[in-house]
Amino acid sequence: MSIADKACVTGIGETAYVRGSPKSAFELQLEAARRAAEDAGISPRDIDGVIPIGVVSGIAEDFIDNFGITDLRFSALIPHGGASPTMALQSATALVAAGICNHVLIAFGRNVSAAASKAGARIHQMPQFHYVTEFEYPLGNCAPAQIYAPMAMRHMQLYGTTVEHFGEVAVACREHALLNDNAIMKKPITLEDHRNSRLIAEPFRLLDCSLESDGGAAVIVSAAERAKDLRHRRVFISGVAVGHPDSPASITQRPDMTSLGLGKAAPRAFRMAGVTPADIQVAEIYDCFTYAVIRQLEDMGFCAKGEGGPFVADGKLRLGGALPTNTHGGLLSQAHIWGLNHIVELVRQLRGHGGRAQVPGAELGLVTGYGDLGDGAIAIMRRE
Amino acid sequence: MSERVPPPVPVPSAVALPYSEGLQRGEFCVQRCAACGTLRHYPRLLCRECFSDTVEWQAISGDGHIHSYTVAHYAYHPGFAEDLPYTLVTIELTVGLRALGRWLGDAVPQIGAPVRMVLVPGEPYPRLSFAPA
Repeated sequence: MSIADKACVTGIGETAYVRGSPKSAFELQLEAARRAAEDAGISPRDIDGVIPIGVVSGIAEDFIDNFGITDLRFSALIPHGGASPTMALQSATALVAAGICNHVLIAFGRNVSAAASKAGARIHQMPQFHYVTEFEYPLGNCAPAQIYAPMAMRHMQLYGTTVEHFGEVAVACREHALLNDNAIMKKPITLEDHRNSRLIAEPFRLLDCSLESDGGAAVIVSAAERAKDLRHRRVFISGVAVGHPDSPASITQRPDMTSLGLGKAAPRAFRMAGVTPADIQVAEIYDCFTYAVIRQLEDMGFCAKGEGGPFVADGKLRLGGALPTNTHGGLLSQAHIWGLNHIVELVRQLRGHGGRAQVPGAELGLVTGYGDLGDGAIAIMRRE
Repeated sequence: MSERVPPPVPVPSAVALPYSEGLQRGEFCVQRCAACGTLRHYPRLLCRECFSDTVEWQAISGDGHIHSYTVAHYAYHPGFAEDLPYTLVTIELTVGLRALGRWLGDAVPQIGAPVRMVLVPGEPYPRLSFAPA
């Protein structure tokens, strides 16, 4: 049995994205979840599956208590960082396709403004990073920028990827953020600004790095038949897949450190959806770092391995380009909500509700997730 | 003057204790599957080739070549602030495993260049480092 087109994203919800929210991660998660249910046109009480993202905010019991859910039929945690939201789409799709649930909530909230919650301190509490914490942290390999940098450096050396290629990703995301009232970054940037931004961990400069931000985002995944009666035009999940890189807990030990889990997932998702990269009209690609976008474009087959830099160089990712990408501004310039904001944006685009950043006539698009040390996920969606 | 913050101290896991003990003796020790002989690093419970949990620890050569690197310009832990900028190199060891260490060379690392391991004295463990061969 294929699960293609058996599920729809029926509700989307977001809080304001800010730096320094007075609200707790769970408050932000709950607010986004409530908005997603309202957007779908269901009562929060109708939610019968919950996949909370991350383990720092609310869990299933909290949603049962706050929403008065009387018959929750499924909950699970997916511990793969920024890949978790798109991985959760796979679980939710399977759950509604199998008739186990009708409406599955995927919700995330975070408040990382406190110094103790910054990335460099946070990841060393996570089991996924145990090799890094034990063998590399004491040497000074502390935070994602440093841990991922050797992948990008090797890509540059092997394939000739340049600072300008990275810069083009940053500029495209910023251009789109300027069209989005709920984006944290408000000032335009140029390739020169990118090149002149201070070095963080070579080859990454400040403008290669995503934001640290507070906020919540949520989506509701419903059985396709149930979705007919809900508020919005249906957005189907046509293909969805998950993949893990070799040596998933250590980039140092990975046989090919320029490979990612998405390379295994993407062919499965495209096969399930019955489409090819050439058919995709809008993409929301997990952009923890500019390099990650370039590498994922290669993994998905938009270009050959090593050609991701030249692929983006002519402005393809910008609105009006061949593959408008991160039309909300992405993690680089909207906010870092673990890519659940990317799922929300894709649904918005496919509904035709993209506002000033709407890709005209967008009917087919994709979203990716990238988690921890290279876990990957992809969902291909089409509108009714 | 604020008080100097020390870098994070390695906390060896039970499965990896012989690695840290090796460093203190001046040796780079890795797991060798006692059943099929496959070397592995970082330390883990099972051999992925034959699934045996029997292990011997073996000191190996720290010779290898540069696979990749990064230069850190920002300290994500205050204990590294005085080291900035510092370079981390990923090394492809001649025995077929990888290691991450500090770079001791004066020049920018060149991918493919041969290196040798140097254990720089430190407390509680020497710091794994590499220098041009």
